[in-house]
Amino acid sequence: MNAAPVPPDVHAELKGVTRIYPAVPGAGAQMPIQALGPVDLDLGRGEFFAVVGPSGCGKSTFLEVLAGLQKPTAGSVIFEGKPVSGQVPEGIGVVFQEDASFPWLTVWDNVAFGLRRSGVAAPEVRRRVEDAIAFMGLKDFARAYPSQLSGGMRQRVCIARTLVLQPRLILLDEPFGALDAQTRLLMGDEVLRLWRRTGATVLLITHALDEAAMLADRVGAMSARPGRFIEIIATGWPRERDSTIVGEAAFGEITGRLWERLRGESLKALGHSGVSAMAAE
Amino acid sequence: MTRIGLIRLVVIVALVGVLELACRTGLIDHRVIIPPSEMASALWTLLVSGSLDADIARTLGLIGLVTALSIVLGFAAGIAIHALPRLRGALDPFFATYYAVPIFIFYPVLIAIFGLSLMPIVLIGVATAIVAMIIATLNGLDRVPRVLGKVARVHRLGRVATALQLQLPAAAPYLFTGIKLAVSYGFIAVIAAEFILSPAGLGRDIADAYADFNNRRMYALILFLLIVATLLNAVLHGLDMRFAARRSGGRL
Repeated sequence: MNAAPVPPDVHAELKGVTRIYPAVPGAGAQMPIQALGPVDLDLGRGEFFAVVGPSGCGKSTFLEVLAGLQKPTAGSVIFEGKPVSGQVPEGIGVVFQEDASFPWLTVWDNVAFGLRRSGVAAPEVRRRVEDAIAFMGLKDFARAYPSQLSGGMRQRVCIARTLVLQPRLILLDEPFGALDAQTRLLMGDEVLRLWRRTGATVLLITHALDEAAMLADRVGAMSARPGRFIEIIATGWPRERDSTIVGEAAFGEITGRLWERLRGESLKALGHSGVSAMAAE
Repeated sequence: MTRIGLIRLVVIVALVGVLELACRTGLIDHRVIIPPSEMASALWTLLVSGSLDADIARTLGLIGLVTALSIVLGFAAGIAIHALPRLRGALDPFFATYYAVPIFIFYPVLIAIFGLSLMPIVLIGVATAIVAMIIATLNGLDRVPRVLGKVARVHRLGRVATALQLQLPAAAPYLFTGIKLAVSYGFIAVIAAEFILSPAGLGRDIADAYADFNNRRMYALILFLLIVATLLNAVLHGLDMRFAARRSGGRL
């Protein structure tokens, strides 16, 4: 476990990124809200980076700014040498926390959606969809509709729909948030497998310290709102790893260190008098 | 046939049987209601004679036109209103109370403006049915998960592609509810308008038969409309069930 090494080959970088939501008096936001930043981060090509932080600290805003789904109020986002601003660049895939499968399409058609949109030839669509479906363990459910699948399997469909487009940067916004602990561990193994096979850069947003510690090469701990990185920890795991590392001593050290950094921030995020008194103890 | 379907059929047959018996035994005066078997026989005679063909074509054609206009215009208006939140805020109270207003009071006004033609019937029909479609479209679009908007942007879909490929199918169950209501309201409005004042059509035929004390013709026509309405709703219900089963099949 080391503090933030600089990646040798920068794939995406954020410089002084802040995001401020303007006041919307009619909707209850009387004052502008600074959700994020300033944030500086270099993501190395092919690395697995996780972001943890207290609820409402701006983790998802961070992901959406990096993806191009939101414009930063200040600062810049660069992906593969080109600026990102308000539009998702080709090469970035996003898996969201919410179930984003299309209930009116079968699993097969869900996964094929992006390829068909891109005008990929039918035989190539078939090959890539079958490959992605097999990789995500959905072969027996290719003709099923999402409503016939469990939450974990629907999330696999969404991952397969992203994977099939062969993104070079995969952004995962708490994709296992709604799943039970055991399923999350297994899904974590699948994401590691996906990461190794595709060679893509992966950024995972999660509230689970153990998940971040198990999956990532580096873990960025974010402060309470407005979210900033208060520490970036290198886990030092080998590329070939799986969920069995949760039994290793280093795993406990990493999660312990993360909690040490985040406990005060989480209390701050909870925010009020009683909690402040607890923090002072 | 399912068990529930069988029970439904038994209930209908039993009610028809009771009515038949009540009419045949004189419990119900023949001048008030004729036995169902007589209604069916009179309807068969009318259908075979071909004397109803023009009225059937006119009335069903009008229902089709009113329904189609209500669905297309209601859907387009729903999309436009959904995109303009302030306009929606202004219109919402009207939509909420629309069906508390007896729209038919405007029928004489429309006749005064357009004369005794098809136009007043089409307009009163559309006025009756369109708001159901607008409300259903707004409900459907409200319930499209926000995450689908983000998915559309990740796939770099334009506004039209997002509307057609994601929003429309996501809102489809609610739109189908609007379509079913538009068909029902269109049906009711056309028959009622013809019944009140019209030179032709099945509604007019029923009114004439009633005025002439021609119970056989009147009940035959009523039976015909009941059969058509039931079949139409059965087809729509079947389609609805089929789509719903696809979307909410049992979890594996």
